Amino acid sequence: MADKQSPTQAAVRARIGSVPVPSGGLLTTASALAVLVVLAIVYAVGGQSPQLVTQAIITGILLGGVYALVSVGLTLIFGVLGIVNFAHGTLLTVAMYLAYVLVTSAGINVYLATAIVVPVLFALGYGIQALLLNRLMRPGHTAGQLLVTLGLSLLLANVLLLIFGGFEKTIEPPVSGNLRIAGAIAPAPRVIAFAGAILIAIALTLVLRRTRLGLTIRAVAAHAQGAQIVGVDVRRVFALTFGLGTAAVGAAGGLILPFLAITPSTGEQFTILAFVIVVLGGLGSVRGAILGGLVVGLVQTVGGLYLPGTRALLLVFAVFVLVLLFRPQGLFGGSS
Amino acid sequence: MTGLSWRSVLRSPGARQFAVLIVGTALLACLPYVLPVERHAVAVRTLTFAIIAVGWNIMSGYGGMFSFGHAAFFGIGAYADAYLLVSHGISPWIGMLVGGGVAAGFGVATAYLLLRYRLAGAYFALATFAFAQMLLLLVSNLDILNKTLGFNIPILRDSSWAMMQFEQNSNNYIWIPLGLLALALAVNILLVHSRTGQYIMAIRDDETAAESLGVPVMRYRLVAVAISSAITAAAGAFYTQYYLYVDPNTAFGATVSVQAIVPAVIGGIGTIWGPVVGAAVVGPLSEVTATILRDPPPALSFLEGKSGLDVATYGILLIIIVLFLSRGIYGSLAERFRR
Amino acid sequence: MSLLDVRDLSKHFAGLRALHNVSLTVEAGEFLGIIGPNGAGKTTLFSTISGQLRPTSGRVLFDGKDITGARADRIARAGLVRTFQLTRPFESMTVLDNVAIAAHAYHRRRSAARDAAAEVIAQLGLDPWRDRPAVALPTAGLKRLELARALMLRPRLLLLDEVLAGLVPTERAPLIDLLRTLRDQGITVVFIEHIMAAVMALSDRVLVLHHGEVLAQGTPAEVTANQRVVEAYLGEEFLIADS
Repeated sequence: MADKQSPTQAAVRARIGSVPVPSGGLLTTASALAVLVVLAIVYAVGGQSPQLVTQAIITGILLGGVYALVSVGLTLIFGVLGIVNFAHGTLLTVAMYLAYVLVTSAGINVYLATAIVVPVLFALGYGIQALLLNRLMRPGHTAGQLLVTLGLSLLLANVLLLIFGGFEKTIEPPVSGNLRIAGAIAPAPRVIAFAGAILIAIALTLVLRRTRLGLTIRAVAAHAQGAQIVGVDVRRVFALTFGLGTAAVGAAGGLILPFLAITPSTGEQFTILAFVIVVLGGLGSVRGAILGGLVVGLVQTVGGLYLPGTRALLLVFAVFVLVLLFRPQGLFGGSS
Repeated sequence: MTGLSWRSVLRSPGARQFAVLIVGTALLACLPYVLPVERHAVAVRTLTFAIIAVGWNIMSGYGGMFSFGHAAFFGIGAYADAYLLVSHGISPWIGMLVGGGVAAGFGVATAYLLLRYRLAGAYFALATFAFAQMLLLLVSNLDILNKTLGFNIPILRDSSWAMMQFEQNSNNYIWIPLGLLALALAVNILLVHSRTGQYIMAIRDDETAAESLGVPVMRYRLVAVAISSAITAAAGAFYTQYYLYVDPNTAFGATVSVQAIVPAVIGGIGTIWGPVVGAAVVGPLSEVTATILRDPPPALSFLEGKSGLDVATYGILLIIIVLFLSRGIYGSLAERFRR
Repeated sequence: MSLLDVRDLSKHFAGLRALHNVSLTVEAGEFLGIIGPNGAGKTTLFSTISGQLRPTSGRVLFDGKDITGARADRIARAGLVRTFQLTRPFESMTVLDNVAIAAHAYHRRRSAARDAAAEVIAQLGLDPWRDRPAVALPTAGLKRLELARALMLRPRLLLLDEVLAGLVPTERAPLIDLLRTLRDQGITVVFIEHIMAAVMALSDRVLVLHHGEVLAQGTPAEVTANQRVVEAYLGEEFLIADS
């Protein structure tokens, strides 16, 4: 596949935080307002009881937080490496099974297990990039990158299938019971997951914006060759970034295990959702991934009031198509 | 130089490829006579893989537009066949044609949407995957298509060519996909040696340069998509007739998309014979892995009764081929001999 | 009526004014040289005229017809053809097939296109490379390939983007002679060039671009004597070719 771009065209392509999009803050406010307007409409004329709507909103936000965390990893990998990580959802599944094994065989608290899973997933991601993908980082090898991540996702998912079989596995959440938020029921595991997810996403954003590592990563994202010339070990940064992305996924995996039943194909759904979210938020925009995650979570749950079961996903896909039609660069992507 | 003497015709690469196609088809037509009946299913499956892979290769290999959602086209073909037959009694051959048309339409529409803003290859691939999933979801929720139950093709008492149904181990079940494959390959060969095909490949190599030389980029990209999707849909239609059953997951599941990609990559993307070679590897492979899982050697006894070994192997093969044999098995050999 | 009429052409990127109110005309049969320091917007000018980029404002008229923002392939087929500064061969194809792509604009059948391509390949001295992969060509060959493909489209106006760049003096002279013969074929040429000797030798008129704006226009002698032009080039390497 041809990847040639003139320097001018390349310069116009938006990457993480490095190309100032003047309307960034404005867009966030505008999208938040839009969401509020839609919700107000649903309350007013949606034909559903306000309690149900509130419940859906709360569930949606809680869910959206986790989506956000998963998507942040994906958008980070794309923004810096230009790789669409097809194995993202599968790595989430790996994280979940890893946590599951730690909880069921070693009796470790699931949140402690998460703390163990995160560095393991980091190492896994680092290894994947360093050993497999780094040789495909030259222009014109997008096809190869795609195929390797596809192969990886097939391999990992099916190794999990071979080891654990296809039946659902669940664990007993260590903290059960419900909180009440705005009159709606918020199960404790979900609240913890949301809190954890948002914290980690914010932490990641801070690392990118405030630390030297973050600056190096953004420099590589903006211009890998230039970064290399000033002495940055680009290959190591690539591997680190991929590792960060998978670490985020590792955290998400541990956090959602308490309330999700897992099978080897659970991750597949997340790959699609994460992708839709990243498209919505803008490829490479961490802020967009967080916002997009919340929006998609809301669409799924509030939409679920009208379209029960898997149909709510159709609504998510409809959003996806609309974004493609009207603003393919997403909320925070650069102008196309 | 343009004279049509026998010697010049035979020397042209297109003619040579046609010759190989004819001879190869003739040889494979003998398969039903050499293969024991228990192995027929593998042959049918391998041939079906080959058709899907050839279809995929046109859009992704020659056209450079990687599709991770080819199941969409396969499924459209499968369902068009099933729906028209079961609900309206229409011949599967017509169903196949209709399926091809609808698939082409769907492909062109979605590809246009994605290509409008010159979205990058990876973005395109993942979007096609999403579209296939959407279709799966949609079909699972449509009453008119029996939702998640799908269709059962009523079994006829007598064999019928018009209804594409024969007694269980009929040789026709090998000859029909063989014929479809030969047709697909013929289209492929003609395409490669035509202006259309050359345009498609030029666009893949460098769309800016191609456009600057007068090539209408969008139009020819969509032509590649249309051909690719129609061929894949035909395979889907046949599949329904062979297995006499179709449901959303078998038709639109990600496994089908993977089966479109893996043979072409293993054999050699962007070559004529690559997908066929790849299918010849992948098809029997699933048999071998199924046997291992049913009756594993003592060293691998923990595998007994499990599933997923075949797809796991696809994954390993993909990675190995991309990293070490990027032109695929056939592609690398062809390259070696050309030098 | 001028063959090419560019009126107040501007191209802005996010925060960058690549071109600003550029106006120029080119008469049929002319050789117009475009010079300017790096980053002056010369290639952007070409791209905005030939359709690779959409202008932010302004108009482009080719032989009286408005082609502003038209699709690049339509412009090429209309007779306005450009080459690229960084050559863009079709990597999977031979030299012959590369040129045949362009030939297909006038020939539907493969054999006809390939025959026509072979002729032009011979004319440009690329015959020994005809059936070799295009990527195997050395720089001089790649430049000729760009030219061959462009000529295949029977252009009335040719935009050549630094066709001499990357060539050593001995490679340049034959190409310059080749360019001269283009005029005899009735082709109007606008070319971007850094090599002043070539610009002086070939151009009827010269246009100087600086910071996306037209700095000066005139005969080569007039322009090189222009004080502002000399100032703009201070600090820039002034390439005086020695061939």
